[in-house]
Amino acid sequence: MKQKIKQIVLDCCTERNEIAELKIDVALEESAPLFGVDGVLDSIDLVSLIIAIEQAIEDELGIIVTLADARAASRENTPFKTIGTLVDYATLRVQQQEQVHE
Amino acid sequence: MNEPVTLITGCRKGIGRFLAEHYVAQGHLVFGCSRKPSDFQAPNYRHFCLDVANESEVRPLFSAIRKHTGRLDHLINNAGIASMNHALLTPMTTVRAIFETNVAGTFLFCREAAKIMKTASFGRIVNFISVASPLNLEGEAVYAASKSAVQTLTQILAREFAPFGITVNAVGPNPVLTDLIGGVPNEKINQILQRQAIVRMGSAEDVLNVINFFLKQESSMITSQSLFLGGIC
Ligand SMILES: NC(=O)c1ccc[n+]([C@@H]2O[C@H](COP(=O)([O-])OP(=O)(O)OC[C@H]3O[C@@H](n4cnc5c(N)ncnc54)[C@H](OP(=O)(O)O)[C@@H]3O)[C@@H](O)[C@H]2O)c1
Repeated sequence: MKQKIKQIVLDCCTERNEIAELKIDVALEESAPLFGVDGVLDSIDLVSLIIAIEQAIEDELGIIVTLADARAASRENTPFKTIGTLVDYATLRVQQQEQVHE
Repeated sequence: MNEPVTLITGCRKGIGRFLAEHYVAQGHLVFGCSRKPSDFQAPNYRHFCLDVANESEVRPLFSAIRKHTGRLDHLINNAGIASMNHALLTPMTTVRAIFETNVAGTFLFCREAAKIMKTASFGRIVNFISVASPLNLEGEAVYAASKSAVQTLTQILAREFAPFGITVNAVGPNPVLTDLIGGVPNEKINQILQRQAIVRMGSAEDVLNVINFFLKQESSMITSQSLFLGGIC
């Protein structure tokens, strides 16, 4: 599952890079900074990326998941710091969602 | 598929039902919802049975809209409940139910709608408030407070969603004869009417007129506004 989600996140980042000036360094994979101290995303960019990922997870895995998080706006604690933390967080949310439906 | 896609909450009966029938007749593809099933049927109407405040029921509706049409032009957040009671006789279950439906439900629909609208960089959201708030109606403390909350949501979401081409406005009807105010005594209704500049009951058509204005393509510069009917200030 984690691999599939990682691919979805990488694809969404690549797609976003096509129209954005400040690019996410997708080649760094999991360690690529997204949001926070070294991040390239401002809060509107982050919102757009998160929504794109939610929709891609829904379309490709058929799982409806909310990636909103109370810590989203915190620059230290955010689960959206790097591609890696985002993948871990999304995987966790998907697993939680699957448990609800079991 | 060029017809406008319009989502209306709470359209089994009352004002929402009138709006659903109207926009269906105008050729919109209309998605509607309410807790109980609706007897309204049309080829361009889809009804979902759900509670607007229940996230796990609401998300599949938005998935269906996204899969079916890929876009959403209008959201009309009409679903709402009220309770007329002296504050000292209002149970906490009523307080919670009113805030869940009116505030949490409205928020949830705004959030999910904006996710889809954003893709097209276009969207119109209309929320429902009430003259009960500016009139500080006795017996409606919780209802009026919930509608004030919706007014504030409208103003802040208008700012947050503006970069995505989405406007968020609110319509505040004066009394309109529906089940919502069925339990309010005539005398009380008359007192409210006397406080309006235009002393008459409102109609679903009056509400529709305001919504049509907010939905217009040309209204792209109108956001964050609350429009009350009947001349209330
Ligand atoms: N009528 C007035 O005088 C007046 C004045 C000012 C503002 N308003 C506002 O106008 C809006 C419409 O009111 P109305 O007079 O048409 O009321 P209504 O006749 O009581 O209809 C309310 C509609 O909302 C649905 N609904 C209620 N709770 C719901 C929930 N939790 N989830 C999904 N659907 C729900 C109901 O269907 P189900 O029961 O099947 O769920 C029904 O279709 C409300 O927001 C109200 O506050 C009305």
